[in-house]
Amino acid sequence: MKVLVPVKRVIDYNVKVRVKPDQSDVDLANVKMSMNPFDEIAVEEAVRMKEAGTVEEVIAVSIGPEKAQDQLRQALAMGADRAILIETTETVEPLSVAKLLAKVCEEENPDLVVMGKQAIDDDCNQTGQMLAALMGWPQGTFASAVTKEGDKLHVTREVDGGLQTIALTLPAVVTTDLRLNEPRYASLPNIMKAKKKPLDKKSPSDYGVEIIARLKTLKVTEPPKREAGIKVESVADLVEKLKNEAGVL
Amino acid sequence: MTILVIAEHSNDHLSDATAKTVSAATKIGGDIHVLVAGSGASAVAGQAAKIAGVAKVLHADDDHYAKQLAEPMAELILSLAGDYDVLMAPAGTDGKNYMPRVAAKLDVMQISDIIAVESADTFQRPIYAGNAIATVQSSDAKKVITVRGTAFEAPAMDGSASVETIGAADFPSISEFVKEELTKSDRPELQGAKIVISGGRALASGENFEKYIYPVADKLGAAVGASRAAVDAGYVPNDMQVGQTGKVVAPELYIAVGISGAIQHLAGMKDSKVIVAINKDEEAPIFQVADYGLVADLFEAMPELEKAL
Ligand SMILES: Cc1cc2nc3c(=O)[nH]c(=O)nc-3n(C[C@H](O)[C@H](O)[C@H](O)COP(=O)(O)OP(=O)(O)OC[C@H]3O[C@@H](n4cnc5c(N)ncnc54)[C@H](O)[C@@H]3O)c2cc1C
Ligand SMILES: Nc1ncnc2c1ncn2[C@@H]1O[C@H](COP(=O)(O)O)[C@@H](O)[C@H]1O
Repeated sequence: MKVLVPVKRVIDYNVKVRVKPDQSDVDLANVKMSMNPFDEIAVEEAVRMKEAGTVEEVIAVSIGPEKAQDQLRQALAMGADRAILIETTETVEPLSVAKLLAKVCEEENPDLVVMGKQAIDDDCNQTGQMLAALMGWPQGTFASAVTKEGDKLHVTREVDGGLQTIALTLPAVVTTDLRLNEPRYASLPNIMKAKKKPLDKKSPSDYGVEIIARLKTLKVTEPPKREAGIKVESVADLVEKLKNEAGVL
Repeated sequence: MTILVIAEHSNDHLSDATAKTVSAATKIGGDIHVLVAGSGASAVAGQAAKIAGVAKVLHADDDHYAKQLAEPMAELILSLAGDYDVLMAPAGTDGKNYMPRVAAKLDVMQISDIIAVESADTFQRPIYAGNAIATVQSSDAKKVITVRGTAFEAPAMDGSASVETIGAADFPSISEFVKEELTKSDRPELQGAKIVISGGRALASGENFEKYIYPVADKLGAAVGASRAAVDAGYVPNDMQVGQTGKVVAPELYIAVGISGAIQHLAGMKDSKVIVAINKDEEAPIFQVADYGLVADLFEAMPELEKAL
């Protein structure tokens, strides 16, 4: 099988963003950027499938600025075979990302696309589902286990009530949840090797996809701030306050 | 304006989030219909008909809809989409699964997880784990929206909409249900509960949840949640995770026990009315959002709390 893994360059999950004073956006100047954590899990899953012999080739693809090369190199260092960067300085919405990925799928004919369930910047949780729809493929979202059973892919999904397992025909799209695996750290020799792996550079126009935003951001604001309250001295004190002051017991 | 709300349900019970999604639809304004697609789900259709503000319930019943798989659900919604200006669903794992599929087929950008309606085309939604709120205006003719239930009031249940049975749409033969392991619990559902008590890594085992968290939860009639760390470690099942990438809750009272307060956890509970934190580290970030903080060892404080209630 051939697997495609889309990875997004996002703010590092440890960073708490700030809103710009003019409310136009959040401030990303000099902020640490990383691979979206769910995409790391996706890369790990694809690489493990390769190590298990179910997969022959893993291709990482990113849509974003030139700097997104860093995240693609990380995917290569983790074990992906080659990478494609579709370079653009614009903000690309999930619908356009899905359209670009659909074009890549038409060109590369992967058997499987493994990607994150959610980018931790826009928190949209929709690109994978959109790609599956555009390709007419089935989707296994929020995956905590993926196994090949004959010619089907079994995906166990983290759903609101617990776990659900479904069987999909291939090709298919899988989106990762936190419990699918624990991504590896790339070793230094692998980081060195990754520098020599092929990384193709493309632009959205190479795929004939026009990047048009459907959502206009009118403003970005701080959420209502919660003030820290008080420290109570004892359990008795806590219960008293919850009963008589807060009135929630 | 005509709006279709897709019901979230378990074939016998309609979710509270569905009713709250109708509240969000009411804010947009227009004729509101609810689609109940399920298997043996006529009771659910009946419940949906009672939500105030709903004009009509469309009920499609077929085995293929029993587990809400994305592919058949999207086909059904798409077969109805022509009649509607807005398609909305609660932002639970069902809606998040099939709605983007519908949006892509309609060539529309989904507006995910809205927390406020400013006008028929302008909405607020949290981004960056709720550390910022974006106000976005959609230029799509048809709108596909998922709704964060905790951000909207529950409507009255005194409606009397008509229920119309509709046929099924195509069933793409590309996916099938294999099995499920649903978490069974007699405690209230996390998302509807008035009180939520959550445990973190500090609990150190599933047994300690049994011993220190559940007894207090039962005295309070509370639902039980957890941090990612507690779920990852296998102390409790995945559906108990509260946070940016888990469930979002906003109860009257949230008690965080042995949870540090990472931004991803705060994203799922900081809109709770009253927050209590019990943590032995007085520097823990959870105290910055807590109304009442108790610096204590949970293994001593929780048994005391159980007795004091
Ligand atoms: C992509 C991504 C998504 C994530 N999504 C979520 C999410 O949805 N929800 C979520 O919760 N997290 C999420 N996380 C994880 C998050 O970043 C934190 O790692 C996690 O919330 C920490 O869990 P914790 O507070 O239980 O553990 P820790 O951070 O280890 O905190 C344990 C706390 O317990 C206290 N403690 C220890 N012993 C005792 C004792 N005896 N008595 C009292 N207190 C004690 C300690 O002082 C400490 O503050 C996500 C992370 C990533 C990268
Ligand atoms: N610009 C991008 N480049 C590559 N992959 C992306 C991009 N945007 C989104 N994705 C993928 O889609 C997933 C879900 O993103 P979202 O729908 O924005 O929450 C991410 O985890 C990535 O795998």
